[in-house]
Parts: sequence; structure tokens; C-alpha cells
Amino acid sequence: METSIYSVIAFYCLAITILGNAALVVFARNIVHSVLFLAVTFIAMAGLFLLLDADFIAAIQVLVYAGAVCIMVVFGIMLIQRPDMKDTNLFNTQLIAGTGVVALVFAMCAILAGRTAWTDLVAMQAVPENTIQVIGALLMSKYVIPFEVVAVLLLVALIGAIVIARDESGAIAVDEGVKANAHD
Amino acid sequence: MLTISLTHYVVLSALLFSIGLFGVLTKRNAVAVLICIEIMLNAVNINLVAFSKYITPIDFTGQIFSLFVITVAAAEVGIGLAIIIAIYRNKLSVNLDDFDWLKW
Repeated sequence: METSIYSVIAFYCLAITILGNAALVVFARNIVHSVLFLAVTFIAMAGLFLLLDADFIAAIQVLVYAGAVCIMVVFGIMLIQRPDMKDTNLFNTQLIAGTGVVALVFAMCAILAGRTAWTDLVAMQAVPENTIQVIGALLMSKYVIPFEVVAVLLLVALIGAIVIARDESGAIAVDEGVKANAHD
Repeated sequence: MLTISLTHYVVLSALLFSIGLFGVLTKRNAVAVLICIEIMLNAVNINLVAFSKYITPIDFTGQIFSLFVITVAAAEVGIGLAIIIAIYRNKLSVNLDDFDWLKW
């Protein structure tokens, strides 16, 4: 594997950006600031994907996460929060228990990552230059059934989100209109 | 020290997953919990793409997997926000400690 000094520097810069901004997402007291830091985290993660020779995933990351998901979350916050955004993102009473569980999970992951013999698994091949053509061909041949299932899932999620978030008062008005017509 | 191996990516991903899990367990706002779930799913994506580069560079298994994860995460955040908006209409709160209808 070729590893130039620049990719090492880039990895550490991106890792610090990702972890710092993710910590800010959790520790910010204002939920809008949290979403802002979340967008920075996602964009830094796209940089990490570029470092991993996954340029298509990096583009999708910027489009879907930094674009769609962050904007959608901001819209959701604007629909549900009171006008005062201060102290909208506080901790609950399970801080100590949560810290313990997280420490256990991270310790387990780190120990297992350290003990696994990664060097036996690593394939000494490079990723092909043009990943988009290969991914497109794979999605349309080997993974075509999951691809179609995911398309149906997106349709179901779209319809489900509309049905769940539909304004109840509108539905009641329709019901009253139906009742009024029935009385006539 | 001057090479980036698979272990670096796995440890970075584990750290990010831990930050997300900490948020999920300790945040009070339902939208914040949704955001932290997104962070956890992104940590998994880093793992998948790193495995794809280092272990199966020709097969692209990890990259295809992470594409599906991104799609499902987008659907999940849409449905989650819709549920939170629907609950907010009934309860006028997004504090998860208030959501105790199923408690007995």
C-alpha cells in the first residue's frame, strides 16, 4: 500500500475535524448549532472517503448527508421548537450510566481491533481508478434486487412520512365536512 | 507511525460510534437523538469503506453496502422527524422523558 506523508497528514487532520465536531454536536447546548457542527462532520467524512479511494461515496455523502439530511433536520427543528433556541439540547439524568456503557463499548471495540490480525486479511491490490463505472455495473447486475428493494423502501418511507406528519386538524376538518354532508 | 493502516480507520470509527452512542443515551431532545443515530451510522460507513479499500478492493462490497446504509439512513431520518412532529402535536414537547405513554 502506498502511503505518502500527505495522506497521513490528511488522515489526522480529517480525523481530528470529525471527532471534534462530533463531540461538539453532542455537547452543544443549542440544537441548531448541533446541526451546524453535524454538517461539518459530514463534509470532513466525505474527505475521508476521498482518502479511501471512494469518490462516488464521497459525492453521495455530501449530497445526501450534508445537503438533504441536515436541511431536513433544520426544517424539523423549525417546525417543533419554541422560538427561544437557548438550552434546547441538554443532557438527561443518565449521564453517568451512559458514560459507563459507552466506555465499555469503546473498550471492547478497541481491544478487538487491536487483537485482530488485520495484516493477514489485507489484500495487496489497489482500488480501480474509475469506481463509478464499476459501482454502476454492480448495482445493475449483482445487487439489482437489493437496489430495487431499497427503491421500494424509499417510496414507503416517503408515503409513511407524509401520512404520519400530516396535520390532524386538516383530517378533522375533512371528517366534519363528511359528517355535515351526511346530515344533509 | 507514518503509515495509515486499517486499524487507524477502525479505531476512528469506534471513537465516532462511541460519541454517537453517548449522545443517544444521554440527550434529552428527540431530534438530538436522531442526529446522534446519524453519527453512529456514519461511523459504520467509515468502517465499510475502509474494509472495502483494504480487504476487497476489486469487489466493492463495502462501498455498495455503505450506499445502502446511506439510503436507509435517509429514509430513517425522514420517518423519525415525521414521528417526532406527530408526537409534538399531541404532547407539545420533544423531551424524551415526557414520552411515557407505553410505560406501565
